[in-house]
Amino acid sequence: MSCLQTIADYGLRSMGMGERLLPKTDFTLCQQFTLIGSGMMWNIYFGVLALLFGFVLANAVAMAKASNQMILRKPAEWFIFIFRGSPLFIQFFLAYEALVLLPRNGIELFGLTAEVSWLSRAWAGALIVLFLNTAAYTAEIFYGALRSIPKGDLEAADAYGISGWSRFIRIQWPTMLRLAWPAYTNEAIFLFHATTLVFFSGFPAFRQEGDALYYASYLVDKTFNPFIPYPIVAFYFILLTLAVIRLFGAVNRRLNRHLPSNERSKIKVRPQIIR
Amino acid sequence: MFSSCADPNNLHGLTWLLCYLTTGKHIDFYWSFLTVLTLLAVTAPVALAFGFGGAMMSRSQRLPLRIIGKTYTAMVRGVPDIVFFLFFVIALDQGIEYFFHVVRCPDWTEPVRNGLEFRVCPEAKVPLNSSAQIWHSLYGFALAVVTFALVFGAFASNVLYGAMQAVPRAQLETAEAYGMNHGQVFRRVLVPQMWVYALPGLSNLWMILIKATPLLFLLGVQDIVYWARELGGAKTSAYAYPHPDWRLYYFLGLLVFYLAMTKISELVLTRIQTRLSHGQATASGEAQRKAAA
Repeated sequence: MSCLQTIADYGLRSMGMGERLLPKTDFTLCQQFTLIGSGMMWNIYFGVLALLFGFVLANAVAMAKASNQMILRKPAEWFIFIFRGSPLFIQFFLAYEALVLLPRNGIELFGLTAEVSWLSRAWAGALIVLFLNTAAYTAEIFYGALRSIPKGDLEAADAYGISGWSRFIRIQWPTMLRLAWPAYTNEAIFLFHATTLVFFSGFPAFRQEGDALYYASYLVDKTFNPFIPYPIVAFYFILLTLAVIRLFGAVNRRLNRHLPSNERSKIKVRPQIIR
Repeated sequence: MFSSCADPNNLHGLTWLLCYLTTGKHIDFYWSFLTVLTLLAVTAPVALAFGFGGAMMSRSQRLPLRIIGKTYTAMVRGVPDIVFFLFFVIALDQGIEYFFHVVRCPDWTEPVRNGLEFRVCPEAKVPLNSSAQIWHSLYGFALAVVTFALVFGAFASNVLYGAMQAVPRAQLETAEAYGMNHGQVFRRVLVPQMWVYALPGLSNLWMILIKATPLLFLLGVQDIVYWARELGGAKTSAYAYPHPDWRLYYFLGLLVFYLAMTKISELVLTRIQTRLSHGQATASGEAQRKAAA
């Protein structure tokens, strides 16, 4: 069987399209690359959506934590502490166990029945956990950046008579983003890495549609040879990491475009693994 | 555990719960918390030693050593750590067995990798098939410790290398001006001063290490996650203590355990940071000096 045929058969396997049966014997290198690559779609799906939603929530939580009012500050602090202080692995388990306890027949709301069984599926349940988790980590980064906005900038805003909402949207928020961006890039990279945990924690892979690591460990289980599938996962993730760095680097350049070149903040990848 | 638990008629309400929580399996569950703490206690110093070695190699004057050090440090960036965990455990296991295979069975003719199988001679199995169950568990645990130490050593190496670079150049030059040689400068000036720069990074690593411990479950060790799933699953009336699916509560317990660990570590690390900053030429050291004056 040619490699193109393999790609046609298994390229979309993780989405449930193409060949249903996974190969059982005589694994070719092409099959391994194709299967694991098809699994990467899940990693990208989880990573991109969680980052998008998480970014919005993180802004709100960071502002709440920086607020003077206790009623806003305390819930934000607890939210961040719980999601940053416990392993993501446990959060996945907990979320899954909680979501499967929801009634099977749906919930009655004002006479309407809301289906809830989809919540315990990985595409929704794991996404919610990742979204809340990255929101907490990002909120802490944004909160730190919010507090390190130069005093002079805010005083200058006062002197110009800019206050309230327009001060926030024109001065505080862009500066916060600029200061937080290198750390946020790291967060994005490690969020993508964290997506590999999804199918190893509570969430089962539906019809063997899993992510890159799921297929890699399937192949290792079958071949007892860890030296091919895991390096393939590593290869794909290095590509993904480089893509993330490029994309975020472009945004970083835009955020820093008004500054002289020696004051621009640079993106540096730092290890900050498992959450 | 209690003698009153033997009679099922006594069991209701709180007595039921007390008896339930002290069954043999639950005692095993409580011991597994010790497994996790042991892992932390063993891994942290070993990883620190690996990291120290890696950082020293990265600073070495000799090119081959420097390349090894830098490669080790760079190894873990860009790739999800869980891949390393899954990879190292199998790779180490097969490496050790292959080594014994070569040493102990020189006349073995069949290939080790035969199709889909990895087969070594029976004498090369680690631990031997005939050894007691405890050795199998200990071997699994040791593999996990080495894997954790390798991965976290690379992170620690990165942090320590940065800390060594952060020690002000003038301090080292002064030491050289006093006639100290390379080793003396390293031992007497560089190492004592670098900790204050390394601590924020190392505290961060410690927090990550705590949160990495549930991965023991993936490595096949019977840790707290294993027992929480085992005990929490629904038990039919065939069991002594039937109950519905309680895994949610068990995992809530684990969540509280990890949150408590994080909180305690935060408090301790803040104290160490204050202690280390004492008398250092850093902002917090300066703040302490001003507060005292």
